[in-house]
Amino acid sequence: MIRLVAPSTLRRLGILGMNRRNISFIGANNPRRNYQLVDNKLLTKKAALERGIVVPELYGVIEHQFQIDHIMEQVQDRDAFVIKPVQGSGGKGILVVVGRDGDRFVKSSGSVIADRDLRRHTSNILAGLHSLGGRNDFAMIEALIDFNPALAEYSYEGVPDIRVIVLRGVPVMAMMRCATHASDGKANLHQGAVGVGIDIGDGHSIAAVQHGSLVTHHPDTGACFKSLRLPDWDAILDLAASCAEMTGLGYLGADIVLDRQRGPMLLELNARPGLAIQVANQEGLIHRLRMAEEIAATAPDHAARVRLARDRFHRPEPVFPEEPVAFPSGAA
Amino acid sequence: MIASKYKVGIVAGALILFGLVLTAYKVVSLDLPLWPGESREVWTIETKISFQPSDGPVDVELELPSGLGGWVTLEEHFASSGFGFSVVEEGDGKVARWSRQSLEHPTTLYYKQQAYRANRDLLPDFPVSEVEAPLLEADQRAAMERLVMDLRDRSSGPATFAALLIQELARSQPSQDAEFLLGTYRETSLRVMLDVLAYAGIPAHTVRGIQLQDGRRRQTLSALLEIHDGSDWQLLDPVTAVSGLPDNFFIWQRGDGAALRVMGGRDSRLEFALVSNSLSAKTVVSMEQRSDDFALLDFSIYALPVEQQGIFKGILLLPVAAFVVVVMRILVGLKTSGTFMPILIALAFLQTTLLVGLVIFLSLVSVGLWIRSWLSHLNLLLVARVSAVVIVVILLMAVLALISYKLGLDQALTVTFFPTIILAWTIERMSILWEEEGGREVMVQGGGSLLVAIMAYLVMSLSVVEHLTFNFPELLVSLLGVILLIGKYTGYRLSELYRFRDMANMK
Repeated sequence: MIRLVAPSTLRRLGILGMNRRNISFIGANNPRRNYQLVDNKLLTKKAALERGIVVPELYGVIEHQFQIDHIMEQVQDRDAFVIKPVQGSGGKGILVVVGRDGDRFVKSSGSVIADRDLRRHTSNILAGLHSLGGRNDFAMIEALIDFNPALAEYSYEGVPDIRVIVLRGVPVMAMMRCATHASDGKANLHQGAVGVGIDIGDGHSIAAVQHGSLVTHHPDTGACFKSLRLPDWDAILDLAASCAEMTGLGYLGADIVLDRQRGPMLLELNARPGLAIQVANQEGLIHRLRMAEEIAATAPDHAARVRLARDRFHRPEPVFPEEPVAFPSGAA
Repeated sequence: MIASKYKVGIVAGALILFGLVLTAYKVVSLDLPLWPGESREVWTIETKISFQPSDGPVDVELELPSGLGGWVTLEEHFASSGFGFSVVEEGDGKVARWSRQSLEHPTTLYYKQQAYRANRDLLPDFPVSEVEAPLLEADQRAAMERLVMDLRDRSSGPATFAALLIQELARSQPSQDAEFLLGTYRETSLRVMLDVLAYAGIPAHTVRGIQLQDGRRRQTLSALLEIHDGSDWQLLDPVTAVSGLPDNFFIWQRGDGAALRVMGGRDSRLEFALVSNSLSAKTVVSMEQRSDDFALLDFSIYALPVEQQGIFKGILLLPVAAFVVVVMRILVGLKTSGTFMPILIALAFLQTTLLVGLVIFLSLVSVGLWIRSWLSHLNLLLVARVSAVVIVVILLMAVLALISYKLGLDQALTVTFFPTIILAWTIERMSILWEEEGGREVMVQGGGSLLVAIMAYLVMSLSVVEHLTFNFPELLVSLLGVILLIGKYTGYRLSELYRFRDMANMK
């Protein structure tokens, strides 16, 4: 028998469902014309630079098939770089090269690929394989994030990124996504990455979830999530909140990484942020979104919004399981 | 936002109402059946007029039935070789007139019609004319006087009077007066009845028509007695005295006067051959639309040529399949690969039947995936690769068709109904999905698509659905309203009740 939860329970907990998200938050807050800025990563990057928001350095853009031959010239003196589609969705089509093995490239998973694999991947990107609606696309090459070593132990073969949901400039909920062996170095929760709920108030961890079950430790590195407290929390919230003004989107998810030297960095924006953040935080979004609407209506400026949000959404007590489970299996 | 919600509500409500009202109108007023499989008894009535011509011009007039009692004529056809022919309006009804300058041989004229009883209508009002007392001999008058007195004593009104009169005359041993009257009249008892009724001051006339009997040939006109009881006209069977219009009585002519007039001929006879067919209600309506009785039907699918009707039969099912997709994605939360790919698969299933279709689909996709995984090593451009998959799929279809044909499995020949391009794209998407998100996601999305396709197929193959969409296309307007409403649904999806099942445990 499949166990279901009553809709009334979900409503009481304030869990946001897909339909409600689409109509009441995305549809009501995000004007269609502003999507372009978010869906196109080059435009995002350009707008961010104009506002002084830190983004990964852009090495180059490949717009046409014939330029693929030049790809080698653009990366020949780089040890590490990332190739991604300009209009990719859901983290698809991102190739991360972390090092060189002579002429060949080492991926983040440790596997080695030849330059023809690189060309094929780029060619697929240009044909629109990974892009929204299958449109023709550009490929962009940018710097690999040299992520903050304080977080290194929380991620396996990948960069841990921080997702902050922002409603009308008010940070509402946050989580850190940690790649695992099961997720193949990707930070997608449904593929087995661990989602760690982060307190808006001070950046400490609230709960950690893998495959929908609560965990205390990273399954591969063994790091304990209980003691996690994100550095530069002020800067992270500030960055996330300013993205709202930059894009004109009332409801968005900002993906932020912590760079060793440059601090919080905007990786990408998402006009349709997913619902898994509620599971990672063990809390529904709706109550907070309603409060955020009040804050947005009353707070005079950017700083006041962030301050009020930190005040209202602070949760002192985490919800980690009592008995530490050393290496929980992935099965839910 | 609230305003837009109300706007959608109002628009959707109006659309739903419009569809339902129009449907209700067609059901109630035009008598289109709401459920399939209902049939109508359609009578083919062949009227045969035969006579011996005498010298001089021939003029034949046949009064045509005017659809009394809810009868509707679907088709009529006159055979009139060598005759001048016209149909003229005369009074309430129509008269067919054949004419010819001279005629040597005995001849037969035909009039064929198809009719069915659409409604059980009552007869319309008929003018009550002044009753004229019959001209009688003195002894006849005395007998009639006594008979009328006797019947008046026993009856409570004109209706019972007439019923008693019929019984009296039909008895094997009638009273002396009745026997005398029947004996002195050289005509049928019906003539006696009409005279007795006239003598009693009761307005009466005959209603001529055909007793419908399937397969009957050489049927002649029979008559019912219609009397006016002071307020309404009432029909009585002149033999059994049963009142009301019998179900199997096709009214040809109401009131006095001859149904057939032949000038310049003798020994004229009016005979009928009858055949009854049980036709589906659909066919009946489609035949009917050719007559201009119902303007609304002229704008229905039935107004199209039969070939286009067949195409529309399929197209009109698409919205229902789209509705299934909407429900499964928004209310249930199934993932499908491509929004409307399941509909196209379901359409193919309609041609192949479900089981055969499933087997073909699964084998094509799995072999296609296998070949596609080999193609991915070749490092091709996307468009070329998808085109290559298209060709591979077509070859696979050909091979499948050939093998199954040689093995005598005719069902697999329906493989051609699968949309090749869609299959190729499905294979391409699945293969990418496999590379990027793993086999599990392929199973989830592929399974979801297939499940939705099967459900859409099951809904589309319901005969009720086909019947309703074809005969009541306005129901699709209602469906549109419902889809608009679902488009504003902000509640949880069924899948979310599962996805967030563990959230119930939190504090």
